[in-house]
Amino acid sequence: MVMADEILKEETLTADTASGNDAILKVENLKVYYKTHNGMFGKVGYVKAVDDVSFEIKKGEVFGIVGESGCGKSTLGKAICKLIEPTEGRVYFKGEEIAGYSRAQMRNIRKGIQMVFQDPYASLNPRMSIRDIVAEPLMIHDLAKGKEEIDKRVVELVRRVGLDAYHVNRYPHEFSGGQRQRIGIARALAVEPELIIADEPVSALDVSIQSQVLNLMNELKKELNLTYIFVAHDLSVVEHISDRVGVMYLGNFVEIGEKRKLYDNPCHPYTQALLSAVPIPDPRARKERIILEGNIPSALNPPSGCKFHTRCPKCMGICKEKVPKKTILEEGHEVYCHLYG
Amino acid sequence: MAFENKNAEASKAEANDIKTPFKEFVRKFKRQKNAVIALFFILFLAVIAVISYQIVPYGINEYDYSAIMKGPSAAHWFGTDEFGRDLFSRILCGTRISLSVGLLSVTIGAVTGTVLGLLAGYYGGILDSMIMRICDVLLAFPGIILAIAIVAILGSGLYNVIIAVAVFSIPTFARLVRSTTLALKGSVFVQAAHNLGANDARILFRHILPGAIPNIIVQYTMSIGNSILTASSLSFLGLGAQPPTPEWGLLLSNGRNYMMTSWHITLFPGIAIFLTVLAFNLLGDGLRDALDPKLSD
Repeated sequence: MVMADEILKEETLTADTASGNDAILKVENLKVYYKTHNGMFGKVGYVKAVDDVSFEIKKGEVFGIVGESGCGKSTLGKAICKLIEPTEGRVYFKGEEIAGYSRAQMRNIRKGIQMVFQDPYASLNPRMSIRDIVAEPLMIHDLAKGKEEIDKRVVELVRRVGLDAYHVNRYPHEFSGGQRQRIGIARALAVEPELIIADEPVSALDVSIQSQVLNLMNELKKELNLTYIFVAHDLSVVEHISDRVGVMYLGNFVEIGEKRKLYDNPCHPYTQALLSAVPIPDPRARKERIILEGNIPSALNPPSGCKFHTRCPKCMGICKEKVPKKTILEEGHEVYCHLYG
Repeated sequence: MAFENKNAEASKAEANDIKTPFKEFVRKFKRQKNAVIALFFILFLAVIAVISYQIVPYGINEYDYSAIMKGPSAAHWFGTDEFGRDLFSRILCGTRISLSVGLLSVTIGAVTGTVLGLLAGYYGGILDSMIMRICDVLLAFPGIILAIAIVAILGSGLYNVIIAVAVFSIPTFARLVRSTTLALKGSVFVQAAHNLGANDARILFRHILPGAIPNIIVQYTMSIGNSILTASSLSFLGLGAQPPTPEWGLLLSNGRNYMMTSWHITLFPGIAIFLTVLAFNLLGDGLRDALDPKLSD
């Protein structure tokens, strides 16, 4: 009770706390810095993989995070479930501040937050049968007692993700990528989580298999009332599955909006450039392709002001000096850009 | 979906024929002819080690002064030594000593080394540095010199030889297991286990150790050959088994004095050591190839 009171107090104190008791996850000023050493007496630098990120997710929502490689989207996902220790900031899961939790304290939280990994070939232990893999979370959290009950649950889970009961005796190497990702999903579902962080769950799969896995995730979401954070670099995949989308660039969100608002009316120059790169399946369709120049700058030494200013086609003087603040364009659509400030 | 299901139907027929990692290993191992022969030879040695005292034609300390240093004959297959003892019987009974010294010492070394390697690799930091520096010191000495030093401290005798050989096999195992642990610690499936809330013991023993086991088995097998050789060398130098124990190294050492006149006293114990060490090395080679996932088919 005391804890809850403290959290309430903190919430009222925080300036940009959006109202919403149905927020299942709230992230405030989250930072993940990696220390780098340059020799024994060299300079100590920091790679700012995630640099001051705030957002929140409502229950039952699918929040898509997009951005190019190295923009920190996977790190953000892993920092939320504390596979990577956040440097600073707060993460509230159902009102409980978990960023400072120890490993023992996290154990209980992990029943609520689960992760599906990018590479289904590496995320399953090759020396364990599917039964052992899916039974592991049940055993860790004591969710099923005795061999029979565990077996029953495992078969249930494996069936739920579209595999057959006899598959449980097999080993990961006997399955295709899509099937393995289903196993990964079954493992995540075993603890009956509310929030699933999917870290590029389909990017390692064939396009034909991608849609199968996406459809499965959609079905599961409806059946089990799940909430997803869906990390991806493929804009069409994110469009297919998300309710809201956040676009990341070099450790920050540049634009967050409800899917239709963001896709129909992209406001940040980076979002505009990204969306212009999505091919339209119509050979006669003409469109302006915005080509960005240069590469993504190093996160070790990010540009001053707005981090995008080095590549921005609409760069202004102020962009080099001041970090843009959040601008709310309309209900459910916000952007971090001086053009709108 | 439909496609995957069809695939599933097709493979339902062979559902009973599951490729467990162990079955895969057996299939690959069977193709290594040398290793299979070596395995059978070792099993044969093991049987002899158990029943040797029941089947030998003469007692190991049965002196026969009428047949001193006789060459091989129908009565004494490997000849007799300077006291008229039957060499064949003595070598057969020596199998038990050599095999148990090899197995015991390497088992002690492997268990200790594996635990140290797991701890060093998984926890890192100061613990890692401490363990690895001690291993470096042990590795800096040639094995036999280190064993001699240990025996010199503890005194000669078979038990001390076991300890000495165990100590010098620790660092190899510790290094081997540490490097595998480091590799597996960063793997995605270990991260996935963390994400499920697994504790260190579960991660170490369910995810990391099973991955290191193939390497440990190979190193274990090879080390047995090596430690049998070292134990024999120590006995040969008079630091290990004491007369009249029928230890192979000791038999060799005894025979050395009469090498010019009675070649058989040194030859047969030498062959016994040679074949045993060779068999363990061949078996280790075969196991390594069968357990290496990169050498599939």
